[in-house]
Amino acid sequence: MLNTLLGTLSEGVAASTSSYESIATATGTGSSATISVSSIPSTYASLQVRATFKATGTGFYVDDLLLRFNSDTGSNYTKHSLQGNGSTATAVGTASTTSIDCGRILSSDAALANMTTTVIIDIHDYASTTKYKTVRIFSGDEGNISNTSFRVFLASGLWQSTSAITSLTFSTDAALNFTSATQVALYGIKG
Amino acid sequence: MATTYDKIASTTLGSASSSITFSSIAATYTDLRVTFVGASTGGANLRLQLNADTGTNYSKTNLYGRGATADSARSTNFGPIYIADDGITSTPHFYAIDLFSYAGSTYKTFLWEGSEDNNGSGSVVRGVGLWRNTAAITSVILYDNGNTFNSGTTATLYGIKAA
Repeated sequence: MLNTLLGTLSEGVAASTSSYESIATATGTGSSATISVSSIPSTYASLQVRATFKATGTGFYVDDLLLRFNSDTGSNYTKHSLQGNGSTATAVGTASTTSIDCGRILSSDAALANMTTTVIIDIHDYASTTKYKTVRIFSGDEGNISNTSFRVFLASGLWQSTSAITSLTFSTDAALNFTSATQVALYGIKG
Repeated sequence: MATTYDKIASTTLGSASSSITFSSIAATYTDLRVTFVGASTGGANLRLQLNADTGTNYSKTNLYGRGATADSARSTNFGPIYIADDGITSTPHFYAIDLFSYAGSTYKTFLWEGSEDNNGSGSVVRGVGLWRNTAAITSVILYDNGNTFNSGTTATLYGIKAA
């Protein structure tokens, strides 16, 4: 009962501990600008990604973290976000775009040593072959620096495809490589 | 597949208290999640302290909606983080905190959410926090300076394990 209640009240909580299973993990190598989870089975009601991200590159703090499904690079995504940068709250929406934003990824600048971006993504009804796919994202990057580059990031995304999602691919806007501090865990939630 | 979402511990206050502590947390999981549902007759503010560290080793950025206003704020080189945006009232407030890679050797980043409705006032808040310490998290303290959480306040610690 407690878990059912908390599942109703909060983001990213499985309704029952027995219905939440680990599917796969992926770790950055430092030499690839993408990180993927593939061969996702269609046996769950929803998916949840819990991840830490870190990119290569120095001399700047952040880059945009992007998500695509089934290797689709077409303009088949739409997105809305609500962001807080430590100074103001802003909202933005984009239609017919080529990826879904997942917030900001921290670079490997010396000022950000030992720090990572954290992300929770919920993908509902991902195995449907009749409906578009809706995604919820909650992420944040914090650098202990008074700079508006760092964000709390809430977003929704839509992939306009009726194909079942069988793979997820993350990349960055500037095609930075993912370091070994990037650890993506994919979970399945049973219906 | 093995179950990967476990309740580690849960506490319900039998009397008013200024803190709830989860200690001796094993490094068994990938992430931790803490939930809190509580009330306060003194206007307590929920704060998060890790491994009993009271130093200015925390920072945060939050995003909140309070009435008709949406805004964001940041604190750097701060003490234990204020998770609450508004003081907790006699109306129960809900908070959830996700602690990522808590047993790893990098600094610890966490996300949190708060629901603080008081029938005429209150906030909704989301935040990201950083604890600049490479030690594994072995204890989580939810507390307030000077005020107390009411009897019946509940906190639960979950562990989430990746394959």
